[in-house]
Amino acid sequence: MKAFGEQLALANEQLKIINYETGLPHFDEKYELIGEGPLKSGKIEILQLNVGKMCNQVCKHCHVDAGPDRKEIMTKETMQNCLDVLSKHDIATVDLTGGAPELNPNFKWFVDEIKKMNKHVMVRSNLTILESNGFEDYAEFMANHKIEIISSLPYYKRTFTDKQRGEGVFEKSVSAIKKLNNFGYGKEGTGLIFNLVYNPVGAFLPPSQQGLEQDYKRELFNNFGIVFNSLYTITNMPISRFLDYLIQSGNYESYMQKLVDSFNPSAAVNVMCKFTLSVGWDGELYDCDFNQMLELNLNHGAPRNIKDFDLSTLVNRRIITGQHCYGCTAGAGSSCGGATA
Amino acid sequence: METYYKPDDLPRFSEMSEGSPELWKKFSDWYGSVFKAGALSEREKALIALAVAHAVQCPYCIDAYTQESLSKGADLEQMTEAIHVACAIRGGASLVHGVQMKNVSSKLTM
Repeated sequence: MKAFGEQLALANEQLKIINYETGLPHFDEKYELIGEGPLKSGKIEILQLNVGKMCNQVCKHCHVDAGPDRKEIMTKETMQNCLDVLSKHDIATVDLTGGAPELNPNFKWFVDEIKKMNKHVMVRSNLTILESNGFEDYAEFMANHKIEIISSLPYYKRTFTDKQRGEGVFEKSVSAIKKLNNFGYGKEGTGLIFNLVYNPVGAFLPPSQQGLEQDYKRELFNNFGIVFNSLYTITNMPISRFLDYLIQSGNYESYMQKLVDSFNPSAAVNVMCKFTLSVGWDGELYDCDFNQMLELNLNHGAPRNIKDFDLSTLVNRRIITGQHCYGCTAGAGSSCGGATA
Repeated sequence: METYYKPDDLPRFSEMSEGSPELWKKFSDWYGSVFKAGALSEREKALIALAVAHAVQCPYCIDAYTQESLSKGADLEQMTEAIHVACAIRGGASLVHGVQMKNVSSKLTM
């Protein structure tokens, strides 16, 4: 959307729509009915770093509005700021996302440095990048560094996958998974974790994670001989390109109603912002990757940038919420690690 | 244009409780139990419901069970096949009555 200069590419325009008074209950009010008080963070267990918005794909639902034209890339200096924080604090896991994280020119150096600290590293790889010219050795690199790989595959068949992620993506993804499997990814006993992500190809909620995982495992193995560890079901957030889709297709109001009607307190108490801190390509700090795209910086006295990191003001911080937060609390819940209830 | 079927009426289904709350409760409890995973998965039940919705040609049910089938992980291919099953039974049910036509015909003709 940004590439085409669309108004809706602006975070402020999206917020105007999402938070427009429609009669739906405010997320904060709904959350407080659980009885825990306002939504607050706990201990930071995961540092999620968006190392750049550049991507070789242009997926229709992408909340980052990522694509080949995006130039926002995390610099080595900001990466060093992140490393400084990681070296000083007990944060066990680093979650690298993008865009395609591999497109950051300092990706390998960064991973090397994080692994030297014995942190667990997850990379959200779109798979097709592993099949692209110049990136042929990245699968092996990640295997050698015991990186956990998490990849979107919105369905176990071509049609739905290509509809959302682009023509030919399913075939290339299968080919990349075969390559990962050859290095031991997704196979028991190798310690190389490879998880897939399902997200609905349209304006509906995901099915049961457990049931769908069985279908994925059976179909992908029977049809292509490929394996993976776990399936994460993720709900589409009503922001960025998916918001545009909802509006263009006339589904926006019914989708928001569906999210609100499906509010699940059990999912709400496990939302990922309670234990994740999100860092933007420019070092800015957010409660989650979605708030990052909506430019909703940390507030309530917490620092705005990784270079000002201060753990004491980040733990127990008040989470910045909006109506989009219903996306994480609907049905079985949704997080970067899948269902939460 | 004025029409008997309005999409806004579907969420009003529970208003049917007003005339008989007891019967509505029995119906909705039973309905909820029917669609829980059992010997059949929730997706299989949603696809059966979708097929039946087409057989009984209920626009509300078609809307609801298209959404439900997608939400249970079905794709267009599976949903289309389910509808073909309903169509095959509807068509077959008509055609198999042709045997009755043949019985009558053979009795009446030389």
